[in-house]
Amino acid sequence: MILKSKRLFYLLCLLLFLLIMLLSPLYTSDYFLILVSNILMYIVLTVSWTIFSGPTGYISLAPAAFFGIGIYTSAIMGSQFSLPVILATGAAAAFCCALLVGMVTLRLQGIYFTIFTFGLVELLGEVVQWWEVNVTGTTGRIVPGTEYTTVYYTMLGIAVVLMLTAYIIKHSRYGLALQSIGEYEEAAGHTGVNVTALKIVSFAVSALFMGACGVIMATRWTYIDPSIAFNPLFSFLPVLMAIFGGVAHLFGPVIGAVIFSYLEEFLTTQFPYYYMLIFGVILVIAIVYLPTGLTGLIRKLGGRLRRRHANT
Amino acid sequence: MLKVENIQAFYGKIQVLRDVNLDINQGELVALVGANGAGKTTLLNTISGLMPKASGSVKFLEKSIDNLLPSQIVEMGFSHIPEGRKLFSGMSVRENLEMGAYPKRAWKKREETLREIYNLFPILEERSAQFASTLSGGQQQMLAMGRGLMSKPRLCAIDEPSNGLAPMAVLELFKIISSLRDQGVTVLLIEQNVKQTLEIADRAYVLENGRVVLEGSSGELLESDHIRKAYMGL
Repeated sequence: MILKSKRLFYLLCLLLFLLIMLLSPLYTSDYFLILVSNILMYIVLTVSWTIFSGPTGYISLAPAAFFGIGIYTSAIMGSQFSLPVILATGAAAAFCCALLVGMVTLRLQGIYFTIFTFGLVELLGEVVQWWEVNVTGTTGRIVPGTEYTTVYYTMLGIAVVLMLTAYIIKHSRYGLALQSIGEYEEAAGHTGVNVTALKIVSFAVSALFMGACGVIMATRWTYIDPSIAFNPLFSFLPVLMAIFGGVAHLFGPVIGAVIFSYLEEFLTTQFPYYYMLIFGVILVIAIVYLPTGLTGLIRKLGGRLRRRHANT
Repeated sequence: MLKVENIQAFYGKIQVLRDVNLDINQGELVALVGANGAGKTTLLNTISGLMPKASGSVKFLEKSIDNLLPSQIVEMGFSHIPEGRKLFSGMSVRENLEMGAYPKRAWKKREETLREIYNLFPILEERSAQFASTLSGGQQQMLAMGRGLMSKPRLCAIDEPSNGLAPMAVLELFKIISSLRDQGVTVLLIEQNVKQTLEIADRAYVLENGRVVLEGSSGELLESDHIRKAYMGL
């Protein structure tokens, strides 16, 4: 009974929060919308990264690749098609690319997988660069821009669908199976999991959201080139944000993304020259002292408080 | 129920299984015994699709399973409880059990099956929230068996459950295994502990250097000179 009403309470809080988010363009500034869209972008990248890499422990450094695919889809299709069509195409392109990459690489374990996924970002960047120089004869492209509010609502929509998807996966037998792959892949096979197929599909599902995210972000940036689209930072930051927030709970990556992207905004405006340095120090401290991330810390403190309460 | 015909298998150039035949009927407890390196685990791995075989065929429930994936074979009701337990040590006891119910067939009934498993192994209910790694050896083996049974198997293959356990724990475990047969689960028990195994099995196969050298009812085998000499030191 208590459990049920607690869940209902959380659900109401979430809905209220969503309502505030939905109405915020009515009473906030453009700056705020751009800032929040940016934060939402990191949330999408981080949470979708966590869908696959969180439970399985296969650290993927490919987010920038799938994000970049979305960006280029947007740039190529931008002037001829409507936004929903481009979004669907970008997401599908990222999904298919991840399926292919997954089939080739998910037989690799540990560090080899990580290195390959990182190589993928560079590879795609170089290939697009070569194509643009030799075939189209340009380096950058102009993306037709959209309104701040369109970017905001689209990003919010992607984030909501993503959170729902992540929640459903986590609480299904597939979520449990992904976790068991991370624990002991061979034993997961013994219990009847088609390990390879599950890894590939969940990797592709996570890429789908990264692709969609790239499509909409490109319309805000309006000018892109291969080094912007396939910037490795979009691979590293989601990983760091997820680890900082903690991957055991669904809100871990969200909290990590919110704090980090706000921190990035704050540091780049206040200390433009030292921001990477400060960023790095915070990160090292977080990894050394918060191995389970912020949510892990909160849970630990919560447990301690409850125990103290029980003792008195 | 399970029919294994003329299986040959190799590790590189070394042949580890030579023309192995095996037959298990519904409701039986059949043992496969033999020394270290005789090929027992290899045989089981080829049956459950985890290892390729050079030739031969396996039929389960009258259907050929030669070209099926391990996951499909589990889905059909073949549960392989691996040697050395292979638990998800960083997951709770309960999560380990739920993971056992992963096949679609079993997932819907998992709450109900969980109750049955807790009745069979009360200690697992007591420890349900603990990490699997904190259990004792005997409890871990119980968890491995519980996880295997959560898939509602028609046939349960248990690979060396007595491995590394104290004699008392082995005794308790074997009691549970023979009670499984009494509940209608068909069991293939793979063991090195020949005497105790033959005491609870209906029939047994003896594997030596990749070949079945003896087969028959447990009573006959317990009387056989070869078994008494080679495996019981009599």
